[in-house]
Amino acid sequence: MARASLRFSSLRLGGRYLTAAALLLVGIWLQRAGIVDDLMTYWGDIVYLTGQHIELTLISGGLAILAGIPIGILFSRPALRRWADGLMQTLNIGTTIPTLAVLALSMSFLGIGSTPAIFALWVASLLYIVRNTYSGLMAVPDHLIEAANGMGMTPGQILFRVELPNALFVMFAGVRTALAINVGTVPLAFLIGGGGLGELIFTGIDLNDNGMMLAGAIPTAALAVAVDALIGYAAYFLIPRGVNPLR
Amino acid sequence: MIRLDNLTKIFETKEGTTVAADHVNMEVQEGEICILLGPSGCGKTTSLKMVNRIVPPTSGRVFLGGKDTTDYDTITLRRQIGYVIQQIGLFPNMTIEDNIGVVPRMLGWDRQRTAKRALELLEMVALDPAIFLKRYPKELSGGQQQRVGVARALAADPPVLLMDEPFGAIDPINREIIQDEFLKMQKQLGKTILFVSHDIDEAVKMGDKIAIFRAGKLEQFDTPDNVLAHPANSFIADFVGGDRTLKRLRLLTVGEVMDAEPPRVKADDSLSSALQLMNDTDYDNLIVVGPRGRAQGVVYRSVAEGRQGLCNDHHSGLKATVRESDDLRTAVSQMFAHDLTWLPVVDDEGFYKGYITQRGITHTLGRTYRDAEQGA
Ligand SMILES: Nc1ncnc2c1ncn2[C@@H]1O[C@H](COP(=O)(O)OP(=O)(O)OP(=O)(O)O)[C@@H](O)[C@H]1O
Ligand SMILES: [Mg+2]
Repeated sequence: MARASLRFSSLRLGGRYLTAAALLLVGIWLQRAGIVDDLMTYWGDIVYLTGQHIELTLISGGLAILAGIPIGILFSRPALRRWADGLMQTLNIGTTIPTLAVLALSMSFLGIGSTPAIFALWVASLLYIVRNTYSGLMAVPDHLIEAANGMGMTPGQILFRVELPNALFVMFAGVRTALAINVGTVPLAFLIGGGGLGELIFTGIDLNDNGMMLAGAIPTAALAVAVDALIGYAAYFLIPRGVNPLR
Repeated sequence: MIRLDNLTKIFETKEGTTVAADHVNMEVQEGEICILLGPSGCGKTTSLKMVNRIVPPTSGRVFLGGKDTTDYDTITLRRQIGYVIQQIGLFPNMTIEDNIGVVPRMLGWDRQRTAKRALELLEMVALDPAIFLKRYPKELSGGQQQRVGVARALAADPPVLLMDEPFGAIDPINREIIQDEFLKMQKQLGKTILFVSHDIDEAVKMGDKIAIFRAGKLEQFDTPDNVLAHPANSFIADFVGGDRTLKRLRLLTVGEVMDAEPPRVKADDSLSSALQLMNDTDYDNLIVVGPRGRAQGVVYRSVAEGRQGLCNDHHSGLKATVRESDDLRTAVSQMFAHDLTWLPVVDDEGFYKGYITQRGITHTLGRTYRDAEQGA
């Protein structure tokens, strides 16, 4: 597990070209080691479990976005701002709790299956989204808000027309981190019966079957890269040009 | 009309209290530009922001058209006040067109009318709409952004404008152009404007009134000419500068000071009739004009006495002329440049209108001091 997560995080960090080159090398190596044959053996499982994996990520990540952005917005409102620092500290402590522990706690409350898994993944992703939404909104220059106020915008208009668009880039970065971590954490869901590619990884480890383990690990890594790239593209196209450092 | 009544703002911070505005009283008439002037930190911005309640006053009141601003809800109040903030504050996420259209859209203008207005305003601030409408603020220079800031404040045609150093980031040459454009526009629109500046030249040029602040206190509130001619105390005298009398030259036009319709000779008059006219009118030289009255040259008494013939053949060329609409600074500059004590004045088409002398200028500038002495 540690090896798998290490691999995808280093992939995530590398630049796009580096990623492509690495994938090429990995591909060659896979071919040589006969791993492609192993992957073909488990193809049916891979497709099914990848579907489950994506489902877990989409549901838990989607819910994290749905909850995290409003929470981040709430923390940045003047009425709550005084406590926001404390609240953010608390959330930061939350990020230091190992996901495995969250899973265990979640299971002890919600039992086994996909519900506790989704809950744990939601918790693990939520923090990044809240944090970046909050800090993105706080980084919007005061004078922009003053200009907006001076023009007679209502607080709602200021939020939607000025604050959120200008925080969008930082918010996207939060979503990107959150989902990358989410995809990489989903394999753990198998441990509490949540399904996903973890099934191949952990069973492979148990049976000392390298091929089976890789049949889970490689698609997991590929998913992480794909999600990262997808959000990267979304950020490129969805964030208005005026506040998008990428274009 | 804007009236500030004992307007006071005290900022309480951990480092101590700052009195940013200290019982400020003033009244700006409808259609006037009032310049808030003073050194950095004297409270200009704070006073300005209390008008649209961005900064809530500690005490005192602001009246807009006779109505206390606390009687409006802030949103309604602010939508009828154009606001140009010191930091420009264009929204980076919107194109220039959308930035200008913010208030019109909030007021429910349709797309077409908003777009037309943006186009019109960009032209007014001398930015080519074809180039700039679809750009984002980060793609503009500081000076260009500032002009868009002014356009944005004017978008919904508010009767009152608050402008915080609106031309601060524009280079001197373009600043003059923008100032002229703005004054021309103001002549048509007649807005009531509070305008922060820390540049005395800008204040003298743009202001109908100047309010000079020091450490939150309004030290003098007067016309530019009075501020320059009669600074209320030594702080103001220092602030407006040792050359303040020279600055007054900008406030008067040649037309206001010249001797109008003096005697003149036609090009086909004889020198002897010119001499006769000089003797009758006690002049030592006369301007020679063409058949329709354009200034062509000058005949001097010595020439008229010593020679025979037509003025046309014996006049000397004009070294320099000034126009009626020029300010006195231009006239004095011309005199110094050409070593002259007087200049003929022409209108835009070159027709001879009168002449202006150094004595006349000093006399006019000195009048206000003599009046003050008599009054004292
Ligand atoms: N929000 C605030 N909190 C505390 N003090 C403030 C605040 N705003 C302004 N001040 C203080 O009030 C005083 C007046 O500030 P103000 O911004 O009105 O000056 P100004 O005349 O506009 O100066 P400048 O020409 O530099 O823009 C200054 O001493 C400033 O430090
Ligand atoms: Mg200021």
